[in-house]
Amino acid sequence: MSDSTHTGPMLAADGTTLKSSLNRALRRQKLRALMLIAPLLIFVLVTFIAPIADMLFRSVENQIVSDTLPRTTQMLGDWDADAADIPAPQVFEALYVDMFIATERKLHTRLGSRLNYELTGVSSLFRKSGRKVEDMGEVYQDQFEDLDKFWKKGANLNALFGAPDWQAAQAAWDTSDKKAQPKFKLRSGLETVLPQASEAFDVYARFTQGEDGKNLSKAKPWALIYSALYNDLVAQPAGLAALDAPGADELRAAAARVGDFDTVDFTAAFKKIDKDWVSQDVWRVIKTYSPRFTNGYFLNSIDMKKTADGPQMRAENEQLYIKLFIRTLFMSLVITGSCILLGYPVAWILANLPAKTANLLMILVLLPFWTSLLVRTSAWKVMLQQQGVINDTLVWLGLVADDSRLALINNQTGTIIAMTHILLPFMILPLFSVMKTIPPSYLRAAKSLGATNWTAFWRVYFPQSVPGIGAGSILVFILSIGYYITPEIVGGTTGTFISNRIAYHISSSLNWGLAAALGAILLAVVLGLYWAYDRIVGIDNVKLGG
Amino acid sequence: MKLTKTLLATTALTVAAGFAVAEDMTIVSWGGAYSASQKAAYHDPYSAKTGVNIINDESSAEAVAKLRAMNEAGNVTWDVVDVVASDAMRLCDEGLAMEIDADTQLAPAPDGTPASEDFGELLVSDCFIPQIVYSTTFGYRTDLVGSTPPTSVCAIFDTQTYPGKRSLEKRPINNMEWALLCDGVAKADVYDVLETAEGQQRALDKLATIKDDVVWWSAGADTPQLLADGEVVMGSTYNGRLFSLIEEQKQPVAMLWDAQVFDLDGWIIPAGLSDERKARALDYIMFATDTQRLADQAKYISYGPARASSAPLVGKHATLGIDMAPHMPTDPENAKNTFLYNYEFWADYRDDIDAKFQAWLAQ
Repeated sequence: MSDSTHTGPMLAADGTTLKSSLNRALRRQKLRALMLIAPLLIFVLVTFIAPIADMLFRSVENQIVSDTLPRTTQMLGDWDADAADIPAPQVFEALYVDMFIATERKLHTRLGSRLNYELTGVSSLFRKSGRKVEDMGEVYQDQFEDLDKFWKKGANLNALFGAPDWQAAQAAWDTSDKKAQPKFKLRSGLETVLPQASEAFDVYARFTQGEDGKNLSKAKPWALIYSALYNDLVAQPAGLAALDAPGADELRAAAARVGDFDTVDFTAAFKKIDKDWVSQDVWRVIKTYSPRFTNGYFLNSIDMKKTADGPQMRAENEQLYIKLFIRTLFMSLVITGSCILLGYPVAWILANLPAKTANLLMILVLLPFWTSLLVRTSAWKVMLQQQGVINDTLVWLGLVADDSRLALINNQTGTIIAMTHILLPFMILPLFSVMKTIPPSYLRAAKSLGATNWTAFWRVYFPQSVPGIGAGSILVFILSIGYYITPEIVGGTTGTFISNRIAYHISSSLNWGLAAALGAILLAVVLGLYWAYDRIVGIDNVKLGG
Repeated sequence: MKLTKTLLATTALTVAAGFAVAEDMTIVSWGGAYSASQKAAYHDPYSAKTGVNIINDESSAEAVAKLRAMNEAGNVTWDVVDVVASDAMRLCDEGLAMEIDADTQLAPAPDGTPASEDFGELLVSDCFIPQIVYSTTFGYRTDLVGSTPPTSVCAIFDTQTYPGKRSLEKRPINNMEWALLCDGVAKADVYDVLETAEGQQRALDKLATIKDDVVWWSAGADTPQLLADGEVVMGSTYNGRLFSLIEEQKQPVAMLWDAQVFDLDGWIIPAGLSDERKARALDYIMFATDTQRLADQAKYISYGPARASSAPLVGKHATLGIDMAPHMPTDPENAKNTFLYNYEFWADYRDDIDAKFQAWLAQ
């Protein structure tokens, strides 16, 4: 630097700057390296990261409400959830249309179970309503059919609503045995004259041909179409007079008469199914959960409730999850601590014995590791229960009275004992491999310089074994935070973890959204602790060996 | 030459495997003695009759979650699934199980009674084909209860007369009902009381009187084991488990037939099967739930057949040779005071009450 007179950038042989030339060479190398690991990377992404991301995404996903009740949720936008009245009659009519379609597609009960997580009783309300909603609009169908036999036949409606070229295709398909049914096409211009009926018929036709897989020529039209038709005709559409289609005359005749038709009060009809429909609670829940994404699951998993007036704490006797999170963290710490206390001396002995004996003892450490987790946990049950081996021995020795045997299982003690045993190898192995690398001469040197046994250990040996403790603790802590089989079997009521609730919501209550939210929080907590560990101890200070 | 041969052989094997797969049918059940009884009563005769190879999968405990996952993945690998009635209702609600028309898709009774009448009100869901009636009831150690063996379910709350631990299932269902019954609520009013927050608190308060004396179980095998070890004086479990504990393992245990909760177990067919698999599953169901087959199962396990017409055909145990009728939950002598599980109620209140129950347990 001092004797150089050249101040410009250093150049490579081809005249480009050395820096960019080097970069290019390195980039090529990096690309090659990336290609080498690409199969593994893709494998990990597809089979590991993507499913986890998908599962965690469920914690905010909430499309089911607006997908199943699109018209209702849209109409509900104007409804004031704080007001004392129930939604307007138009909302109930929209609900009728949505429920009718959802019932045909068998989606209404699915939505019912989704909303039942938020408000008890919605599940049966939807199941019940689904059964009755089909008959709700039949009044209109009957009146149309009484007016003219024309309205009884599905084929007549197909001719009225279907585009002529589709009708020809359908007729040709009907007599042949080809696989794919020609897709229904609406008569052009009809949606301006009969907007609601056209939409209803279109939904009906697409469902019949698609999901239901039935022949549209032979299907029986939904009652929904007739109530939509009534709504259209009662408005006396301007284009009706000029409409040219099969059945246009019957339409015009009906339009002249619909004024005298009996009508259906949908609010009353829903109230007749269940008075819950005219209570604000149900509507508040539907409105609160209308958006496509929700923070409701996350609020539930921290013992809060999403209401129309914003998040609120749950009642004292329903709070559970925060307590479980704290318990999980606390007990995992205790288990990690007892693993250090028990594992450290064992690892020390293993590291300082002659290789032959050490290997033999190592097998003893690993042997339980190779035994099934369930077998080990069940064995602890036999050992720890009140009529079990340990209590029997204590009673026989006279240390414990027969009528006051120790409660060692179905509580926190049981979980801590069993999990410490199960996770001990994860502590011993990293400790052992780190201790193996500490030269025994250091201790001898310390002692020859006048250190006592304790000082030599504490000031010289122990600091060098800390990376092993760090690695073992991280392994044990993170493993134990997610354990659920062992706490389920030996934990009773006070020794269960948050994972037990996650398992319950995945496999039993089917509330996957809540399970995902709990899982996401758990993951965040673990990452947060890992970050804190890195800041305090330093992740470079962790060694699994060498 | 060698390569061609290998290729030919591989192709032949693949084709053979393909045929074998076509004749396989996966039936999901609970495992243990229960699956064994189904194998003897249904699977083996059906395989002998049709040549279909039946694969037993023991995943019924997680059936609902697994079926949902399979359905989302668009690859349902199960053909027929054995579930309890409440799970069948949920599967039906979620659109994961196929709806069944009892009269056309199930066999009529031998005297021609249509299936819908033969099963009667046990057809609790459109998708559910009942198979057995079981009850959740109490067993007690005859050597630990003194000279006055319990005759009423309320003995579980009587720690004075019957000191010692008792085992109850770690969920609100059944326990809440028993608590209210023993707190003086009339049987007909139990679910009306349980609908209200006060009623739920009342049941929990009653359970709180014995909270320190309860071992909570989550697997059906727990209570029999706890009874055999003398860990508990009495405990709730399924009557079939108690039967094998008492009659097969000859443990000093007796059964308490009082306010036992009647429940149903049966088949569902997953939604979204191919036409061919659906037809085979229906054919199996038609065979396996006819009057004789349901009665046959009772030879191997003490659960009552779900058809009225099967009851008179129940015979003796296949290996023990004892009369099975007196061990059936449906036997008039045992069914004097039964409690009927309310499916609709629990479908609605399960999530809510379970949250409260778990919070109460954690306190």
